[in-house]
Amino acid sequence: MSKNVLVLGEAREGELRNVSFEAIAAAKQIAGGGTITGLLIGDSVENLAQEMVQYGADRVITVEHADLKQYTSDGYSQAFMAVYEQESPDAVVMGHTALGKDLSPKIASKLGSGLISDVTAIEGEGDDAEFIRPIYSGKAFEKVKNKEGLLFFTIRPNNIEPLEKDGSRSGDVSSVSVEITNLRSIIADVVRKASEGVDLSEAKVIVAGGRGVKSEDGFKPLEELAELLGGAVGASRGACDADYCDYSLQIGQTGKVVTPDLYIAIGISGAIQHMAGMSNSKIIVAINKDPEANIFKVADYGIVGDLFEVMPILIEEVKKLKSTQTV
Amino acid sequence: MNIYALVKRTFDTEEKIVVKNGAIQEDGAEFIINPYDEYAVEEAIQVRDEHGGEVTVLSLGGEDAEKQLRTALAMGADKAVLINTEDDLDEMDEFSAAKIIAEYLKDKDADLIIAGNVAIDGGSGQVGPRVAELLGINCVTTITELKLDGTDATLVRDVEGDSETIKTALPLLVTAQQGLNEPRYPSLPGIMKAKKKPLEELELDDLDLDEDDVEPKTETVDIFMPPAKAAGRILEGDIADQVSELVGLLNKEAKVI
Repeated sequence: MSKNVLVLGEAREGELRNVSFEAIAAAKQIAGGGTITGLLIGDSVENLAQEMVQYGADRVITVEHADLKQYTSDGYSQAFMAVYEQESPDAVVMGHTALGKDLSPKIASKLGSGLISDVTAIEGEGDDAEFIRPIYSGKAFEKVKNKEGLLFFTIRPNNIEPLEKDGSRSGDVSSVSVEITNLRSIIADVVRKASEGVDLSEAKVIVAGGRGVKSEDGFKPLEELAELLGGAVGASRGACDADYCDYSLQIGQTGKVVTPDLYIAIGISGAIQHMAGMSNSKIIVAINKDPEANIFKVADYGIVGDLFEVMPILIEEVKKLKSTQTV
Repeated sequence: MNIYALVKRTFDTEEKIVVKNGAIQEDGAEFIINPYDEYAVEEAIQVRDEHGGEVTVLSLGGEDAEKQLRTALAMGADKAVLINTEDDLDEMDEFSAAKIIAEYLKDKDADLIIAGNVAIDGGSGQVGPRVAELLGINCVTTITELKLDGTDATLVRDVEGDSETIKTALPLLVTAQQGLNEPRYPSLPGIMKAKKKPLEELELDDLDLDEDDVEPKTETVDIFMPPAKAAGRILEGDIADQVSELVGLLNKEAKVI
């Protein structure tokens, strides 16, 4: 049976996040030929609609309201439910981002539906689809099926390949108007601490430091390298506990679980809790002076050496490479 | 103030996971309070100490979870409730768990419910927000700060590294993010006292719930280990040469930079 799928697109600083395109690809895989409807919620989002179509959505619905400028669970729930009731989709897909993590369980509870969170891969197609998700922070995986009712899942950023962008595709864009009432929780203030627009969970490259980095200043070269590579900086619990950096950078079983294309572990010994958070990265580089460090067990490439000696050379080498690459 | 903390028994983060016949092997493993739930218990105790009231810790699971509840009592919670589903349910998902917990809480007039933002085993982070929705109360996830003034609550929420300050009101369910507090270790007198604190055990029948009411919507069909990684390559030679080789490999072989 074909499924009509509703995909929530998510914008950050006026641009659609990659996970939105990945969600469309996931939707296609389970739709069995059904219609993929993109959903955009915000104060001004219509300009993003065509891009969802170019990445594979058949049509897009926008919900625009001044009160939807910032995400609040009440506001977005009301917007989502208005569209849900109009469309009665067979399946719903969202990104497993801060927004998706907050919104999806509340919606699932309202709908009395199941919810398969944090999907990293889908096996099979249409009704036979089975969903792979990490458990124990990636120490193991489970395969989950929807038993009954609405199929609702969130996908982890950077795991499912988006479809090729096709600029020639076009699709209908319509809007649904909502009244936003009774916002029970108000955002009074937002302090941006996250590194230059690259979010850890979505970063293609992560440069992570551990206790070996030795100080807050010691993280500066890591930041430089991350910036050169267009990536984000992460840290082990040891580095966070020692106050070298903010807990929001922590990667591991407590902290964030990440799967970038490239993970460079610098001065990180590789405690089992840290490895749970990063060992499913595609390529892992370890730089550590202790040849026995656990991190080398999961590393694709390792350098046994003093990071303070390695880092300046590494930054220079990367600069050299970048200067030869066309931008 | 009537405060609840939701607590899950999980594998110790030190544990290696062993899968046999599509199931996680629990033999000999150490269990702890899910680390995020520890923040929840600590925060509940701190709120009670500042504003008065009572902290109840609530867990869903088997009899074994009693140990984690006693630990929470030893930290300073006042009483504990264990909803034991061992005999009634073979399978559960987040839908089932939230339904059972909400059914218990619906007539308890909780002012504040604190849960961990995610359990480190299942990792879905659904149960807290689902419970709030079922109870029809406010819900703010991944908080790193909580201040109460009467029924007004001011919270700081971690959003992928950014901090949002949220104003809302009790009754309220929040989920704890790392950084909220530093959970205390149970003291020896605390441990002694915990043995005498009330721990109530309930089953589905006591909540007027049938198995059918909490029939899971999703089902786990397999559990498996990630593919083992082939041994990597430790570079050799002069550090400068190693670094240069590394950058070359990342560019040409791995094609990631």
